[in-house]
Amino acid sequence: MSFDIPSDRRYLESHEWTTTDETVRIGITDFAQDELGDVVFVELPDAGSEVTAEEEFGVVESIKAVSDLLSPVSGTVTAVNEDLFDAPELLNQDPYGDGWMLEVDPSDESEFDDLLTAEEYRDNIE
Amino acid sequence: MSQKRHERRTEEAAEGDDEGDAPHQQARWYDGDRYEPLLDEKSTDTVTVESSLPDDLTREELTLPDLSEPEVTRHYTRLSQMNYGIDSGPIPLGSCTMKYNPAFTEDVAAHPGNRVHPLRTDEDKQGILGLLYELQETLATVGGMDAVTLQPPAGAAGEFTGIQVAKAYHEANGEGERSEVIVPESAHGTNFASAAMAGYDVVELPSNEDGRVAVDALEAAAGEDTALLMLTNPNTLGLFERDITEIADIVHEAGGLLYYDGANLNSLLGKARPGDMGFDVMHFNLHKTFATPHGGGGPGQGPIGVSADLAPFLPTPQVREADGGYETYEPDHSIGRVHEFMGNWLVLVKAYAYILRHGDVGLERISETAVLNANYLAERIEYEVPYGPFHHEFVASADEDAADVAKAMLDHGVHPPTTKWPEIVDEALMTEPTETESKARLDDLAAAFNAVAATDPEDLAAAPNETTARRIDQADAARNPRLSWHALDDT
Repeated sequence: MSFDIPSDRRYLESHEWTTTDETVRIGITDFAQDELGDVVFVELPDAGSEVTAEEEFGVVESIKAVSDLLSPVSGTVTAVNEDLFDAPELLNQDPYGDGWMLEVDPSDESEFDDLLTAEEYRDNIE
Repeated sequence: MSQKRHERRTEEAAEGDDEGDAPHQQARWYDGDRYEPLLDEKSTDTVTVESSLPDDLTREELTLPDLSEPEVTRHYTRLSQMNYGIDSGPIPLGSCTMKYNPAFTEDVAAHPGNRVHPLRTDEDKQGILGLLYELQETLATVGGMDAVTLQPPAGAAGEFTGIQVAKAYHEANGEGERSEVIVPESAHGTNFASAAMAGYDVVELPSNEDGRVAVDALEAAAGEDTALLMLTNPNTLGLFERDITEIADIVHEAGGLLYYDGANLNSLLGKARPGDMGFDVMHFNLHKTFATPHGGGGPGQGPIGVSADLAPFLPTPQVREADGGYETYEPDHSIGRVHEFMGNWLVLVKAYAYILRHGDVGLERISETAVLNANYLAERIEYEVPYGPFHHEFVASADEDAADVAKAMLDHGVHPPTTKWPEIVDEALMTEPTETESKARLDDLAAAFNAVAATDPEDLAAAPNETTARRIDQADAARNPRLSWHALDDT
C-alpha cells in the first residue's frame, strides 16, 4: 500500500508531521491514521500552552489503540483544530488538510533541521 | 449395588452428552413475527399523587408500566435469552478463565450466618474471622507465600496494592529511589497501568523467539533502578517460563522484587507455587481460579500474597489467631486500607466454599483438566498454534482478520476467544476453555472454529447473522454513543 507523504513538510519517526511555513501546523501522517484505524477521540492542549519537541502534547484514540502524540517542534500553541473534537473522522479522511491538529509559534526554528524529510520518512515506514 | 447404579447413571449422562445440547441460540427482539415489547409497550397505567412537595418539583401524573409479576418475570427471562453467558455455553476467553460458577457457592454465600454487620466487635464475629483466616492461610499455601491480605477488590486492585507494598518495602530499606518496573511486552495491560499508577517508569522487556522472557535482555535491563519485575507464569501464550529461577536470581541480585500476576494460576494448582519460583508478591484472581463470578456479575476479588519480608507492609486489618480464637490487627508498617472492611466478603465466602469442596486433590485435578482441555481443543482446530508446549491456554493465529473470525463464531452458538492479543501472534485467537467444559462442549467449540476456518472471507465480514445484535459499528458507537434504554427502531 502506498501512503501519501507530501514533500512540503517534515516528519517525526513517531508519525507526526509539521509544516515549515510562516504558520506552523502539526498533525499525524496518512500512515498513522491507517495504522490506527477509525479514530474516535482526540485530546489536544489549549491555545496558549507550550509544547516541546519529541514530547507528548495530546492523545489520539481509535477503535484499536490509544496513542500519545509527540510534537515535532517546541513552541507556543496559537490555534487548535476544534473540529476534531466533534468529527475525529477528519483525521482518517484528510490527515494533512482538515485533520490538522495544532498551529504553533516555534521557539527554535533550527529544530526543523532535526526532523525527517519526506523521503527519509518514507524509508522509515517501508 | 450402589456402585452399579452409579455406573448406569454415568452411562446415561454420557449418552445424553454425546447427543449434545443444541448450540446456544439467542432470542431476538424481532424473531420472525414475534417481537418482545418493552415493559411500557405492554401495559401502562397513569397514576396521580397528592403531594405536599412544591409544584415545580412534582408532576400532575405519571405513566408507569402496569404488569403482573409473571409478565415481568417472562419479559426479563426473554431478555436474558438474548444474552450469552457461561450459563448458556463455553466462554473460551484467553487469560480470563471464564469457568462455570457452581451454584452451591451461592447457597453458602446466602447462609444467614454471613449477614453480620462489619462493625461488630471481633468477639462477636469469630466465625467470620475464622473463615477469613483459613482462606488467608489456604491461599498462602497455594501460592507458596508467607502472608495474604484478602482486601483488594479485583486483580488490577491487587496489582496496585502489591506494588504499593513492594514500594513501601523498598522505602523502608532506604531504597526508595528505585524508579523502574520491568514488564514483558506480552504481559497483561494492567501490569503496565498498575506500575505507572504507582508512580514507576515502565521498562518493556522483549520476548525471545520461542515466546518467553529474553534472559539476556532482562540482564541488561535489571539494575539499581529496578524496583520490580512483573511476570505471569505460564505466560500469556500459555508457555511456562522455564528460566524462572535464573530470572528470579537476576532480579534479586539487582535488589529488585518479583511480582507474580495470578491471572494464569489456574494451570498451576497443586503443581507449582510462585513462592517456590522466587516470587515475592503475587495476586490471586478469585473470580478466575476460584470460580467466583466475573466482572459485571461480580464483584471480583484480588487478594495478594507476600513473602515474610513484605508482610509488615500489608494493608490493615489482617486476621490472626489469638487465645484459641481470632483477632484483627494492623501490621507494623501497613500501607493502610485498600478497601472497606475485609473486601467483598461474600465473594471470599464463595471462594472458600469452592476450595473446601475441591480439597487439595480436587484443586490439582482442576489444573490438570484445564491443561488437558486446552491441549485437546488446540489439537482439534485447524488454525495454527505457533507457540508451545502450552498449558491452560493457547494462542492460535487466524489466517484472516481475527475479529471477523470471532464474529462468525457467534453464529455457531459459541462465544469466541480473545482476539488480536497478544500481538506477538499475528491475528491472535487467545483461547482458554477451562476445566469446566466437557468433551462434547470442547467438540462444539472445535466445530465452530473449523466451520469458520472453512468459510469464505467475504461471508466472515458479514457475520454475525444469528445473534440479537448484528455487527456493531464500533467507530460510530464510540463517536456517537446513544445512551438510551429504548429499543432502536433499526434493530
